[in-house]
Amino acid sequence: MSDTLLTVENLEVQFRSGSSTTKAVNGVSFSLNRKENIGIVGESGSGKSVTATSLLRLIPNPPGKITGGRIVFEDKDLLRLSDKEMRKIRGNEISMIFQDPSTSLNPVYTIGNQIVESIKTHQHLNKKEAKEKAIHMLELVGIPEARKRFSMYPHEFSGGMRQRVMIAIALACNPKLLIADEPTTALDVTVQAQILNLMKDLQHSIDTSIVMITHDLGVIWETCDKMLVMYAGNVVESGTVQEIYDNPLHPYTWGLLDSQITESVSSEEELNAIPGSPPDLSLDITGCPFAARCPFAEEICLKKTPEMIEAAEGHFTACHFQTKEHRLDRKEGKVHDRSNIKS
Amino acid sequence: MTEAILKVRNLKKHFYLDSPIPFKKSDQSVKAVDGVSFDVFPGETLGVVGESGCGKSTMARLVNQLIAPTEGTVELNGENLVNMNKEKLRVFRKTIQMVFQDPFASLDPRKTVGELIAEPLVIHKIGNKTSRKERVKELLEVVGLRGSHSGRYPHEFSGGQRQRINIARALALNPDVIICDEPVSALDVSVQAQVINLLKKLQKDFNLTYIFISHDLNVVRYVCDRIAVMYLGKIVEMGTYKEIYEDSKHPYTRALLSSIPKESPNEIKERIILKGSVPSPINPPSGCHFHERCPFAMDVCKVKSPELMDVGNGHQSSCHLLELENNPLSDIPIKKKEEEMECH
Ligand SMILES: Nc1ncnc2c1ncn2[C@@H]1O[C@H](COP(=O)(O)OP(=O)(O)O)[C@@H](O)[C@H]1O
Ligand SMILES: Nc1ncnc2c1ncn2[C@@H]1O[C@H](COP(=O)(O)OP(=O)(O)O)[C@@H](O)[C@H]1O
Ligand SMILES: [Mg+2]
Ligand SMILES: [Mg+2]
Repeated sequence: MSDTLLTVENLEVQFRSGSSTTKAVNGVSFSLNRKENIGIVGESGSGKSVTATSLLRLIPNPPGKITGGRIVFEDKDLLRLSDKEMRKIRGNEISMIFQDPSTSLNPVYTIGNQIVESIKTHQHLNKKEAKEKAIHMLELVGIPEARKRFSMYPHEFSGGMRQRVMIAIALACNPKLLIADEPTTALDVTVQAQILNLMKDLQHSIDTSIVMITHDLGVIWETCDKMLVMYAGNVVESGTVQEIYDNPLHPYTWGLLDSQITESVSSEEELNAIPGSPPDLSLDITGCPFAARCPFAEEICLKKTPEMIEAAEGHFTACHFQTKEHRLDRKEGKVHDRSNIKS
Repeated sequence: MTEAILKVRNLKKHFYLDSPIPFKKSDQSVKAVDGVSFDVFPGETLGVVGESGCGKSTMARLVNQLIAPTEGTVELNGENLVNMNKEKLRVFRKTIQMVFQDPFASLDPRKTVGELIAEPLVIHKIGNKTSRKERVKELLEVVGLRGSHSGRYPHEFSGGQRQRINIARALALNPDVIICDEPVSALDVSVQAQVINLLKKLQKDFNLTYIFISHDLNVVRYVCDRIAVMYLGKIVEMGTYKEIYEDSKHPYTRALLSSIPKESPNEIKERIILKGSVPSPINPPSGCHFHERCPFAMDVCKVKSPELMDVGNGHQSSCHLLELENNPLSDIPIKKKEEEMECH
């Protein structure tokens, strides 16, 4: 068995509405080994969720369509599987949890019922066995009095509890891959800490790889081995978490890191914001998608799209000025007065 | 010492739930805000933090008199706003404005940005058409947008820009106090930083006083001078940001601080992981509302509700641990430990 669990090559996803086409994902590539966690970070609209839902082939069509690329899971080329084959993989070998646990649970069925249904769809267990397994899963995700709560409805659970239930459902079939799309964004920090802890613990016991999608670098530092930084449908930087933290290369990644409010930022100094906002993906972008907001941008950036290159070992980035031979000086690009950015 | 611009005393809001029997007042109530008192001084930023549902937004709406309190007083420049007559309240209200979390929901999509910003001026019958137009242009520029954009509609702006429009609207009447209820929570970090910079700049330029509500403890530390920590409708700890972040005396505040995500992959966090989630405000736990989740709970905590106590440096905390000779919290460092390393 090879160590690689998932390979995504040049994934492209577009949405059509009327005469306009939104290039939501524009050539995303990465690979993930067994038991490894990869984080995808980027601002809203950068294509994180579309990338995640593409992995399960759940992009609504129309208006969406996977227009290019390959997704290889173990030895299966997912984009070539029949719908029936794909259904066998979904919720069984690959499962997903979403940001808002209240919309993914059906309010008219009990929590227990929903877990049992999901277990029975994929495992050959009778009703009683499935129920025992469901209760075991609820206990595993730290729901107190699981047997009693088995027959309760979603509205009787807090947001944090509902997310635990979603994790129980997602992990009930021991998936090889768990895709978590902002699983803690809607939760309070105290509950976020509980849920991230839980995911780390469970991962050790079930050997699942995780694709963790978040806009919060803190969540990546907590949970991931590798990471992708996405901007406007493109991956602009990828590598190990440690390497990208120690030696970030792309000016967008610098902007993201600099705009974090950390303990070392004194309230006397102004925050380093990235000026402006991301481009409209329904318009054609020529050149580097970040050029309009980049403090280092030059003529070439507006004309030519930079390729992802290996700028340091195992560390890739797409910037004309970050190559093996040439490096930017991070300090030089710092724009200090960014409070009056005109639209 | 300067006089407080806002004095809030024993403020309460109990929402009565629908009774199963018509015309009979239900005895079940949500004690959304349950006796909070604090002062806000001119030019400062008071931060309010706490998990969702602890009563932050309700408190904001009480201070602004958008809803009437069940009990308590709100003094603005020495005058009690509670039960003030309508005409007088209208005048006083100009002094306190609000900025809300959702920059999408809070702007009427059918109105132009110019109309939206001029609205408070029209309501308060200030100026004429020409002077309002001038004022709108000026306000747009103050918040970092183009004066020429006043004819555009909200959907033509990004989230961060829409929040700037909300801020311009709040500034229109030259308020003294702005209550910001999660003003940057819906924005991406890079844009969040732009809006925070703007709010800080405006505070300096116009000598504004802020009440800044947020669940993001990093944002609050950066923006606020003093911080009030709320739990189930009560303030459980209050003090300068330094006191709260470096010398918190309340296990709940400690737990909140310890759950802030790591700042680097190398940080080692000693977390106080709380059990469960916030209990229902309808039947809050007896004694200290926090005792069921508190890792340090003692017998007394189950029966007796602790009072806010002065612990020095203008720092108040309500916890029975403070009555002990050896407070176990003193042995737990707040500062994180980091592996020795150079990182840039
Ligand atoms: N169902 C859809 N119809 C049309 N456009 C969509 C749809 N889903 C996503 N998009 C577009 O795809 C882009 C990327 O979205 P998404 O992956 O959700 O971003 P993220 O998760 O990074 O915030 C956005 O521009 C969004 O408008
Ligand atoms: N109009 C209302 N009727 C009944 N309960 C309410 C109402 N508004 C708020 N609440 C309740 O009051 C509590 C505090 O809510 P809120 O002030 O919105 O908290 P926060 O802003 O801290 O998240 C919650 O339990 C909420 O459900
Ligand atoms: Mg998303
Ligand atoms: Mg609120």
